[in-house]
Amino acid sequence: MQNSAEKYLRTEKLPHIWCPGCGNGIVLGAMVRAFEKLGCDQDNTVIVSGIGCSSRAAGYMDFNTLHTTHGRALAFATGIKLARPEITVFVIMGDGDSSSIGGNHLIHAARRNIDLTAVIFNNSIYGMTGGQYSPLTPTGSRATTAPYSTIERPFDLPDLARAAGATYVARSTSYHAAMLTKLITAGATHKGFSLIEAITACPVSFGRRNKMGDGYDMLMWQKEHAVPVEKAKDKTPEEMRGKFLIGELYKTEAPEYTDLYNQLIRKSQMISREE
Amino acid sequence: MAETAALARLMQGNEAIAEGALAAGARFFAGYPITPSTEIAEILAKKLPVLGGKFIQMEDEISSMAAVIGASLAGLKSLTATSGPGFSLKQENLGFAIMTEIPCVVVNVQRCGPSTGIPTATAQGDVMQARWGTHGDHPVIALTPASVQESYTLTVQAFNLSERFRTPVILLSEEVIGHCRERVVLPDISELKIIDRKKPPAGLARYNPYEPGADGVPPMANFCDGYRYHVTGLTHDESGGPTTDAEKAERLIKRLNNKVMDHLDEITMTESWMTEDAEIIVIAYGATSRSAKRAVKMAREVGIKAGLFRLITIWPFPVKEVTALCRQAHTIIFPELNLGQLIGEVERAARNETNVVGVNRVTGEMITPDEILNKIKSQVKVEQHAE
Repeated sequence: MQNSAEKYLRTEKLPHIWCPGCGNGIVLGAMVRAFEKLGCDQDNTVIVSGIGCSSRAAGYMDFNTLHTTHGRALAFATGIKLARPEITVFVIMGDGDSSSIGGNHLIHAARRNIDLTAVIFNNSIYGMTGGQYSPLTPTGSRATTAPYSTIERPFDLPDLARAAGATYVARSTSYHAAMLTKLITAGATHKGFSLIEAITACPVSFGRRNKMGDGYDMLMWQKEHAVPVEKAKDKTPEEMRGKFLIGELYKTEAPEYTDLYNQLIRKSQMISREE
Repeated sequence: MAETAALARLMQGNEAIAEGALAAGARFFAGYPITPSTEIAEILAKKLPVLGGKFIQMEDEISSMAAVIGASLAGLKSLTATSGPGFSLKQENLGFAIMTEIPCVVVNVQRCGPSTGIPTATAQGDVMQARWGTHGDHPVIALTPASVQESYTLTVQAFNLSERFRTPVILLSEEVIGHCRERVVLPDISELKIIDRKKPPAGLARYNPYEPGADGVPPMANFCDGYRYHVTGLTHDESGGPTTDAEKAERLIKRLNNKVMDHLDEITMTESWMTEDAEIIVIAYGATSRSAKRAVKMAREVGIKAGLFRLITIWPFPVKEVTALCRQAHTIIFPELNLGQLIGEVERAARNETNVVGVNRVTGEMITPDEILNKIKSQVKVEQHAE
């Protein structure tokens, strides 16, 4: 990357550990371009990640980076943000990280509307451990733990986040990388809990087993199955079958947690003086 | 004296922990309600915001531990409080804090287990979990208060040790201490010795977050205080970056352990009572030591040369001190409110050369002085018979 976004990378830690054809590098690239657009202050920004392929991204970024335990990234991030609200906090999680082991923390971070920007690398599979199905694996897919194909229904992560109280919800794909950058930028600018789902390809552990081809083919799959929200309005349910929405899916304003906490501090001090 | 008397109060053990934490400079608490520790959260929910500090009731025990680590990394002295079931849930992130060397205090007000057990009944059943609850080889510092007064002072001490050695410190209280109300005299906060984490000097060309000082403890920059670095629970080198290099892995794990084991003089706290000429020594910790003291007193009244040695620091186990007692006494009596956990460490120190006898109970009630006295008396008979 021969541009000014490079300063946000720990170039000495590259090349990355991801497999050929993996979309995580594209998502990382989209994040870095968003940092550039935002003019992120590296010394005042923390990137927290969980465990899995996606979460290794934190180590490649030149910020204060915290690679935590599986599923708990949002809980660590909540501690940082509440302790020092002036810090900008991004959270990187995978699909297993955010929707399975860390599902509880996801809904509660959304419920609190704490000002964190969560980027979910959704590759539909547990890649690091070799291809087990996750709560975001489409029904009927094969995985090492679903040798007869999975019978479970996946979450729609943006719907889940919205229902739980997130105030900015968006989705893009590694094919739609420019849109992804735009959405991450908007999510970071938004005050409150923002969730941006990035659909990304895992050709080695998901694509291969599900006959989806290589990394290129999987990018093309994303192109063909993603429907921008503004175009979806004109489509019939029949036309939308098997497709998924991308773009800004939901945005609203609500009081942010650390702002409310600062008000609570003032209230407690007033009451304490009266006592 | 008049000033000190003004600070004397009737206080509950859990309240003393909350007050001790505030005195130590704690400004962040994350927790989840659990009997018998909940008062600590309730008090801090009220008091922290007044001081500009932060309190958050998290969605579970695991996230409470995580939030505490995050807040400490951001620069606030932080604690959580829980009991057995919650302590079990915190173990993974406790190990993360040990591995990443992020100071914090974990209070465990022990209750009767295993599992849900008797939530309102006292126990000393988490002693080994405190030591080995999280996986892998790691150091642990654990302190055991025996009174409300000590709940306060040891909480301050727990923060100090945590900041000094960049490691979590476990305060192992018990239901009967946490809920006991007794007279305490709080010291003037300005007279307390407070230790803060050592920071790296400003303006370094490169800050290696895990490059130790001569004492094995790396200076710690808080996040967003000028140095950017990586923190990971993966085995890492001095730069903080992950590594699988065998030599670097060994160096890290040994340093983590040695930074604690090389400074036992700063960590080990014990108390002797009438042990000078004692032939039978009762070693005890926590609330059980109070019954033990009474038992020793009663034994002395009937002419038995008994003494009490109280462990305040239980981890690292005071091997040197206990070994010396094992050489002096013909019998060590070790009462504890479990089926015999820490006694294994005493037996290890005794090396089969000293008679080590346990007094145990898992009823949710305290061991009585009489039970310990009877054990002392029974060992005297054994001795006379042998002569």
